[in-house]
Amino acid sequence: MLSRTAENLFWIGRYLERAETQARLLEVGTRNALIPNTSGGYRNEWESVLQASGTHSAFQEKYGDAVARNVESHLFFDADNPSSVASCLDQARENGRIVRTALTSQVWDALNSGTAELRQMRRTERSKLSTSDLIDWTIRQTSLVRGAIDGTQLRIDGFDFLNIGAWLERADATARLLDVKYFVLLPQAEFVGSGLDNYQWRTILRAMSAHRAFNWAYGGEVTPAKIADFLILNRKSPRSLITCAEEVCWHLDRLARGYGRTTEAQTEARSLVARLSEIGVEEIFDIGLHEFLTGAIRDANKLSMTISDVYLSGEMR
Amino acid sequence: MQKQTQSQVQGSAPEDAPNYFNEMFENGTVRPPYAGIEAWAADMPHELRAMKQSEAEALFRRIGITFAVYGEGGDPDRLIPFDMFPRIFSAAEWRKLDRGVKQRARALNAFINDVYGRGEIVKAGKIPARLVYQNEAYEKAVVGFRPPRGVYSHVVGVDLVRTGPGQFYVLEDNCRTPSGVSYMLENREIMMRMFPDLFQANRIAPVENYPQLLKRTFESVAPEKCDGDPTVAILTPGHFNSAYYEHSFLADMMGVELVEGQDLFVEGDFCWMRTTEGPKKVDVIYRRIDDAFIDPLCFRPDSMLGVPGLMNAYRSGGVTIASAPGAGVADDKAVYTFVPEMVRFYLGEEPILENVPTWQCAKADDLKYVLENLGELVVKEVHGSGGYGMLVGPKSTKDQIEIFRSKIVERPDNYIAQPTLALSTVPTFVEEGVAPRHVDLRPYCLVGEQIELVPGGLTRVALTEGSLVVNSSQGGGVKDTWVMAD
Repeated sequence: MLSRTAENLFWIGRYLERAETQARLLEVGTRNALIPNTSGGYRNEWESVLQASGTHSAFQEKYGDAVARNVESHLFFDADNPSSVASCLDQARENGRIVRTALTSQVWDALNSGTAELRQMRRTERSKLSTSDLIDWTIRQTSLVRGAIDGTQLRIDGFDFLNIGAWLERADATARLLDVKYFVLLPQAEFVGSGLDNYQWRTILRAMSAHRAFNWAYGGEVTPAKIADFLILNRKSPRSLITCAEEVCWHLDRLARGYGRTTEAQTEARSLVARLSEIGVEEIFDIGLHEFLTGAIRDANKLSMTISDVYLSGEMR
Repeated sequence: MQKQTQSQVQGSAPEDAPNYFNEMFENGTVRPPYAGIEAWAADMPHELRAMKQSEAEALFRRIGITFAVYGEGGDPDRLIPFDMFPRIFSAAEWRKLDRGVKQRARALNAFINDVYGRGEIVKAGKIPARLVYQNEAYEKAVVGFRPPRGVYSHVVGVDLVRTGPGQFYVLEDNCRTPSGVSYMLENREIMMRMFPDLFQANRIAPVENYPQLLKRTFESVAPEKCDGDPTVAILTPGHFNSAYYEHSFLADMMGVELVEGQDLFVEGDFCWMRTTEGPKKVDVIYRRIDDAFIDPLCFRPDSMLGVPGLMNAYRSGGVTIASAPGAGVADDKAVYTFVPEMVRFYLGEEPILENVPTWQCAKADDLKYVLENLGELVVKEVHGSGGYGMLVGPKSTKDQIEIFRSKIVERPDNYIAQPTLALSTVPTFVEEGVAPRHVDLRPYCLVGEQIELVPGGLTRVALTEGSLVVNSSQGGGVKDTWVMAD
């Protein structure tokens, strides 16, 4: 497979996940904003959402105050924001167009229909589009493409690159969404353990479509330790960091088998899985949740770069 | 149900209609090739037609077949309008076209070989040396080089128009990289999907094996140093190119890689592509970029689209480039005049297809005639394409004609002129029902070890009433082209 084709597939995977993350962040923000703002004693939820999306400074420059409608424009429609849902889906479709021959017609259809519907939505009056519709639409759209990929793509290297991109991005996203918790609560220790705290934790689970799964997996009271365990260390969770790492590892191993050659990328992915397998949730809180998550985001980036060097640059001899 | 009478199908005839050959109706009766669809067209209720039309558009949009017009801005994903009314040839009509087009493709290739070799045709005085050796498309870098099997132009697109039952003219030849074949294939796919009954009731020759024939053609011209099965790749300028859809479609249908310049590099005598498993040798490159961009070391140094060193690998027999650099010398509008002469000179045959009578503005007598009759002529730039830079005398205002007159006087050798042809019409679905619209035809002739022509081509139709310009950049549409099996 051409390195450039692999690179485009890798990024289709990433962009789709990223679009979904933006929608989930929007969900976190919208739900948090429903909490009565009693004393103004904690930071603006929208600011934390923007920080988790990694686009806070760009937002401030363009819009100034973080009010709901602006954040919604920014995270969903904004063509100037390379991470907005619209930018990501358009970009995924454009990458798909470049590697049209490496995709099945179902996958292409799914990518293409998303862009067409987006075009329609851009022309629709904003008052007719509710935030929850936008969020639902995005998650439905990304599920559609993912389903088409799973259901129709040949199980060859291209399939692995699509998935590696998606799982790496998801690891990054889970870490960032979880990090919202840090921005919302850590500076105000008095809220920890309060009803508000629980509500916000639950919002994060909801945003990951995981609140029911969580109850099923753990039961009982929602505690920060259980949530961290679920989203970081639990292999049953489809979004936990360890699940993401293991999936990346699995697809890299498939590549190594197919190509008959193991590279640094496989080694690095395995050591990431090993680190996550050995650590416990107490240890994570000892290190500091924010510090741990920052490290996880860095690890995912490093692995991404190694994969790029090894497979996507065309330099391998 | 709205039942249309024949005259409605034929369309309310504009005052000049009798001058144009209608391919479906002749003297009030339906010509045989169209017999099988008369009832279909006449019986189609308006609502069904509208429904099918939007279904077709949705299909085109879904498969992503779009066309971007350079410099016009607007929607980069514009669709070329598709007209559902097919254009139909009888088997006998097609046999003549088939022989004529193949004959032309052979003569053109013989000519290109000759002018980069001994130049016999020039020595024999059949074509002025100036037209060949001073030609902008004459590629000095390939003088003396003979490509595999002596084929320069592997895909020859011959643009044809019709003016009467048996009267066809060649409008121009495209020896470099004629585009549009994806429309030939997709139009057929969509018609078969929407109107399967038509294909059961009529015996229509298939075109779907074109990609396989194309691949076989390229494999048959593998370079000297290639041992084993040749690897073919299509070289595209990239996804911003207006024909990108076609490039990726063909790569997909042929099962070959679609590469950009950045994916290729030359090392040793060979050309390699960068893959996830390391470099892989490429033997035949079907390039869809212009000569000037192929190799920055040999041609335009600022080209980012090409591959440095590719021409060296090509000339040393490490890789085949199709169409071969330099093929363009045969398809400019001044050389065109001499194609019938090429047929006689190289093949010893009489041309089966006629040229349109052409005046060379470079010749004093011709220039005089052209300037005196601008109002009746079509004037074209020698190197122009896409319907740009041309004057259609009868359809132009006095001002437009005068502006063109001064351009011609300034650089006469840049222009040729032809009579305004009475292009045939085919019934076409329009707002009010069905009406005749002017069409042309581009079949795609493949030249490798064998010479092949699939029974079909791209029919372009001028959708504006009375218009003779069929270019998609100027409001033209496309039709499915049927050849009836014997």
